[in-house]
Amino acid sequence: MSTTVPVKAPMSGAKKQTPEFVQLLDPDGKRLSDELYDPWVSDVTGDQLASLYEDLIIVRRIDTEATALQRQGELGLWPPLLGQEAAQVGSARTLRPDDFVFSSYRENAVAYCRGVKLPDLVRVWRGTAASGWDPFEIGMATPAVIIGAQTLHATGYAVGCTFDGVDSVSVAYFGDGATSEGDVNEAMVFAASFNAPVIFFCQNNQWAISEPVGLQAQRPIADRAPGFGIPSIRVDGNDVLAVMAATRSALDRARTGGGPTFIEAVTYRRGPHTTSDDPSRYVDPVVAKEWEAKDPIARVEAFLRSEGVLTDELAASIQARADEVAAEFRAGCLALKNPEPLSVFDNVYATEHSGLARQRSQYTAYLEGFDK
Amino acid sequence: MTIETTAAQPAAAPAPAETVTMTYSEAIRDAMRIAMAKDPAVFIMGEDVGTYGGAFGVTGELINEIGPERIRDTTISELGIMGAGVGAAMTGMRPIVEIQFSDFTAQAMDQIANQAAKIHFMLGGAVSVPMVIRAPGGSGTGAAAQHSQSLEAWFVHIPGLKVVMPATADDAKGLLLSAIDDPNPVMVIEHKLLYKTSGEVRTGDIRTPLGVAAVPREGKDLTIIATGVEVSRALEAAEILAADGIEATVVDPRTLKPLDSDTILRTVKATGRVLLVQEAVRTLGFMSEVSAIISESDAFGYLRAPIKRLAGLDIPIPYAPKLERASVPQVEDIVAAATDLVRKW
Repeated sequence: MSTTVPVKAPMSGAKKQTPEFVQLLDPDGKRLSDELYDPWVSDVTGDQLASLYEDLIIVRRIDTEATALQRQGELGLWPPLLGQEAAQVGSARTLRPDDFVFSSYRENAVAYCRGVKLPDLVRVWRGTAASGWDPFEIGMATPAVIIGAQTLHATGYAVGCTFDGVDSVSVAYFGDGATSEGDVNEAMVFAASFNAPVIFFCQNNQWAISEPVGLQAQRPIADRAPGFGIPSIRVDGNDVLAVMAATRSALDRARTGGGPTFIEAVTYRRGPHTTSDDPSRYVDPVVAKEWEAKDPIARVEAFLRSEGVLTDELAASIQARADEVAAEFRAGCLALKNPEPLSVFDNVYATEHSGLARQRSQYTAYLEGFDK
Repeated sequence: MTIETTAAQPAAAPAPAETVTMTYSEAIRDAMRIAMAKDPAVFIMGEDVGTYGGAFGVTGELINEIGPERIRDTTISELGIMGAGVGAAMTGMRPIVEIQFSDFTAQAMDQIANQAAKIHFMLGGAVSVPMVIRAPGGSGTGAAAQHSQSLEAWFVHIPGLKVVMPATADDAKGLLLSAIDDPNPVMVIEHKLLYKTSGEVRTGDIRTPLGVAAVPREGKDLTIIATGVEVSRALEAAEILAADGIEATVVDPRTLKPLDSDTILRTVKATGRVLLVQEAVRTLGFMSEVSAIISESDAFGYLRAPIKRLAGLDIPIPYAPKLERASVPQVEDIVAAATDLVRKW
């Protein structure tokens, strides 16, 4: 594979008004050829694609289980990723362990691919811990809840990588709504000015709670990045292969001193914003149905079957594996222990704080009062 | 501890007005509907305020009545919403800006603190900013550290802003209508737990004046001063205390800035004991100022006990429901602190 394949024609007067749309597997599972992006996935074997397929199935299964756990009162809240599996798996599976992810709260498939322990996915949503995992163990920060904030952290981290002289890349995951925040725009200015090895990975899932993407952007979101001096790619976010190709090209640019890349993965949030939301208030069911037909898993399945890689037997074993993971996930979730009352004082400061120590001792005395 | 029981003085009843039972949330919507019907310059901007009806359902169906021109769904840009509000207000519009959670004012703070609050002053009084910022604050809904803060002290600390914290449905309506009238930027801090609570609300184009405290209960033994959701907790505690022979006055400042210190000092002098209750973290909270005002005044000489504060712990709000509850004053904490004040002093 060439490392010098240009991701996109350099910015010039010849730049198209509408960015190209990278798609390697169409919704029917037909493999399309793409001169620029095929080389980035030419090494992907049928077995490797089957392994991506397995991940897609598993992350959807985990997501379904988490929604069920929330409905059963076992989780406070859950932000489903239904429909966005390929955008997350296709990008996350291309990363190296020394790369670092800064995500929002919906990137549970990314976390899975980074190797997070299953119950850690819901440690926070169950109210049993302030944070799910140690960011440095899996190379992924605890998800940001404030929209867009993590893009700045990713940029800072990337600048740090250049200071350290390492070729690690940081990846910021965010949504279409976040692109309206000052944070994301400031991150892009900063990243461009300092040629930071960061990927701005925007999952355009078409919704910011109830607001359609048309309210955030009058042009394809990918169109904005060139204005900041950042090359961009608009990719079918429901096409795991295309997402992988786009991400690999961006990683290569970042690792070889080419600076940031913006990827707009066009996908669709088929579930609610979170389990607190009722999308029937604002979603056009006809449009939702159209997106169901562009399912990220069905197309890989169709392709793998047409190639003879996926047999009924293999499909059944993958489904069984997904059910196993879901059972392990559920058991792990239910085993998470409630935190002790005094833990509220933990980690407010990195070191002992006299004022808080006083409140902790008062609170300890208060709790002890119950036993007398 | 005094054991003779004296019936609590009933609060001075307001002139009978026609009222209707509605929720705090409906009362806010009613105020906005009235203001928009009367003045075409009033409009609403915010995230998910249109078809969705607001993250907490406050704008509800208003878009169907008033239309998207004046119930404006904005981009996900808190700084942008606030700045557009400032710009609109400078031209004579009366924007009501909704920030989905008061925590997100952090993202809009330049436009609040450096622009909205300063423009009238820095333009020599030539331009004013008649803007209302509505934002829900407070904990108790399982929304964790970045969606549960009580940040009122931030805004009180900025000259040029007025700050109100309605604790009842009627005040939610009356204070909002007064805020819309006001030529200054007014921060209206609503409480997420109060949205679904109901109360009697005066009908029509009513007002609750800014800068006037409410005294929803009068008693002789101590004065409990509380804000926001702690007002209803204080009233509930006062009922329990009354059953135990302790008669509490409850004061709800309603407007934090400008503050009705006269009512505070009058009621403190009458009881000689004062319990201050806020949900916000203790250090440099609004009640620190109330405590200082009492200490610096001639009411100090009437005190029979040290001033007592109940406040949130100095920690971010935890996500775990039990820890969240334990982090801020609850009814039982108010009862215990009040009993202690009265029985020890």
